[in-house]
Amino acid sequence: MNLRKLVVTASLGAIALSALATVPAAAQQAKEQYFPVLVYRTGAYAPNGAPWANGYVDYLKLINAQGGINGVKLSFEECETGYATDRGVECYERLKGKNGGATTFQPLSTGITFALTEKAPKDKIPLITAGYGRSESSNGAVFTWNFPLLGTYWVGADVAIQYVAKQEGGVDKLKGKKIALVYHDSPYGKEPIPVLEELGKKHGFEVQLLPVAHPGVEQKATWLQIRQSRPDYVLLWGWGVMNLTALREAQATGYPRTKMLGIWWAGAEPDVRDVGEGAKGYSALTLQHGAEHNSKIVKDVLATLHAKGEGTGPKEEVGEVLYMRGLISSMLAVEGVRKAQERYGKGKVMTGEQVRWGLEHLDLDQKTLDAMGFAGVMRPVQTSCLDHMGSSWVRIQTWNGKKWEFLSPDWYQADDKTLRPMVMLASGKYAEEKKLSPRTPEECNK
Amino acid sequence: MLYRENGQFKTSYAADQQIFPITQDRWAIIGILVFAFVAVPLLVDEYMFRAILIPFVILSLAALGVNLLVGFCGQITLGAGAFMAVGAYAAYNFHIRIEGMPLLASLLLGGLTSAAVGIVFGIPSLRVRGLYLAVATLAAQFFTDWVFLRVPWFTDYASSGSVSVSNLQVMGWQINNPLNKYLFCLAILTVFALMAKNMTRSAIGRQWMAIRDMDVAAEVIGIRPLFAKLSAFAVSSFFVGTAGALWGFVHLASWEPAAFSVDRSFQLLFMVIIGGLGSIMGSFFGAAFIVILPIALNQLLPAIGDLVGVEISTAGISHAELIIFGGLIIFFLIKEPHGIARLWSTGKEKLRLWPFPH
Repeated sequence: MNLRKLVVTASLGAIALSALATVPAAAQQAKEQYFPVLVYRTGAYAPNGAPWANGYVDYLKLINAQGGINGVKLSFEECETGYATDRGVECYERLKGKNGGATTFQPLSTGITFALTEKAPKDKIPLITAGYGRSESSNGAVFTWNFPLLGTYWVGADVAIQYVAKQEGGVDKLKGKKIALVYHDSPYGKEPIPVLEELGKKHGFEVQLLPVAHPGVEQKATWLQIRQSRPDYVLLWGWGVMNLTALREAQATGYPRTKMLGIWWAGAEPDVRDVGEGAKGYSALTLQHGAEHNSKIVKDVLATLHAKGEGTGPKEEVGEVLYMRGLISSMLAVEGVRKAQERYGKGKVMTGEQVRWGLEHLDLDQKTLDAMGFAGVMRPVQTSCLDHMGSSWVRIQTWNGKKWEFLSPDWYQADDKTLRPMVMLASGKYAEEKKLSPRTPEECNK
Repeated sequence: MLYRENGQFKTSYAADQQIFPITQDRWAIIGILVFAFVAVPLLVDEYMFRAILIPFVILSLAALGVNLLVGFCGQITLGAGAFMAVGAYAAYNFHIRIEGMPLLASLLLGGLTSAAVGIVFGIPSLRVRGLYLAVATLAAQFFTDWVFLRVPWFTDYASSGSVSVSNLQVMGWQINNPLNKYLFCLAILTVFALMAKNMTRSAIGRQWMAIRDMDVAAEVIGIRPLFAKLSAFAVSSFFVGTAGALWGFVHLASWEPAAFSVDRSFQLLFMVIIGGLGSIMGSFFGAAFIVILPIALNQLLPAIGDLVGVEISTAGISHAELIIFGGLIIFFLIKEPHGIARLWSTGKEKLRLWPFPH
């Protein structure tokens, strides 16, 4: 390589660097409520990440089509994380200050949530983790910026055991039973363990822990263990391709699918579609909603966006489980902004701090939800300064070989008596480690 | 004309043995240090610090460690991620279990623990070589993954297996904002890089290089392979472990074993290969290439798309990023198999003759 080439390379490099430096500055824009969207449309978990992202973005588009939040238009920008923690943190840093500041972040990854939990308080940006994240973060006194709205994994674990007890005909029948937890070997999969062990002690059943390494395509050994130990039930705490593999292995091992129960992240169409009939009878918890093709909100999205070719992603997937999860996550953020506007001025752009107030005072009753098109999809959500979860209702859906359906109309609610002390204990430990003083009721009302 | 050492006479052994014997080099290094410590903090914003510079500085340190082992001693390792993990978790345990433990001591003890573990996993290098050794060190990776996932003591019985630290300070200096974090990491990197530079010029470095070039011949001339190989493993693991501790404490603040997965090991090895085996400078080039380029591509592609009026989807950008990145790796490996550092030294050679090349 001669000198001329070297100079050309060097100057090209310099141009690239300077272009990089100017990109963030170019993005200053008009007064719009800015929603950064962390997504993963590529990588091992893309089949599950993409529909969630489509739903999330579609709802923002729908609000814009309806005139924004009291006239404030929404702007949004996607950033690809690939489910990797370091890329997620990079995306967060890139987007948090853009366009007047981020409204909220929803990383859709427990690993990224853990990392951002340390950063969000300094930047004063609320972190919504609807149905995932740290379970103890439902205590808003300690985790002031985390909002695990609608449910945590501890809620999931508790309801899963309630369901099993119901199948067996009562809590007292759990004694001597063996329940296996097949889980993704990451913070996500480990979250339910303390609750399961606690309940195991209380009701006298045995918990068998079977970790599966990321990404979860190799489960032969796990299912061999299940074949040997024959647990009465298998709880599946997987994500992405791991769920599919688990169901295939269950089929190969001959473990009855009716005895398998997945968490709400293991109960969507991509998890079972390829197994089809082989997954028949497999049940999963739902974060209130299932596949909601007939709901009004889905019809609205189809009519307003997809009919005009403005929708995100394939039209057929609108209304599927993960699409709905994304849409509802987006709705909760938007409602947080709307609530904040009631206090801080309608038609204004809200800051992260104001949005937090809004999220802490969410009060979506059934009438409001029905009016927004969520009739039959969700139950009311009411948060407070100390309760950042808002609701712990869960339904159970079952795969019939072609689609998810609710076999019984039952709603389950997590047992607060068991969970509350655990949440207080874990969040207290966190506060102690971080030398945080929990918020008092007086500080809440400010 | 500018870069020529003619006329720089050394009149004492000290002058002859100094770390940068050429005056221009000395000034260049001082210039780079001043730039990194003074100018950079004045120029860049928080995003640059947090998302680019801090990861770059920490991974440079790790790449430097890997380079000592792979580039200077010729022992291929795929366990760098494991030693980062050992450093991070050991530092974490020292930090929380011993009341009033200073941060710097925790980090260095983390590095030392990693060095000890490195020696243990370096023992197979006395028997196996080359690719077989790479496979043997891969065992370290899976072993540490397993330990930190399975043994709750190491994570202080955290229910989710994720640990976190906060309130970092060194003698009253709060390491809480991006600038201080950057300066802290940079200071450590500077000390370690000078240490590495000196080590490779001294007896121990020469022993490593002799082993790398031909271990039988080295043994014949009186170099003990046991000492040379294990010391390379120890020093390398110390560097990598300290980098791991910094990665956990300063960059992530909250981490799980997945932060130090086998992907990280590969990433570090690629940094060293692309940057230049057996070159201190190369470690920095490699780290820059692997850390900065994907992020730069990720941001440049939509900007370029805007210029020509095309909107590229998020997935499209991500795929294009991987394609271009992979293409560039192949391009560099074909054009310059000895790494980007070689490009640098070729440039220096040309500069010596400029403007009258013969």
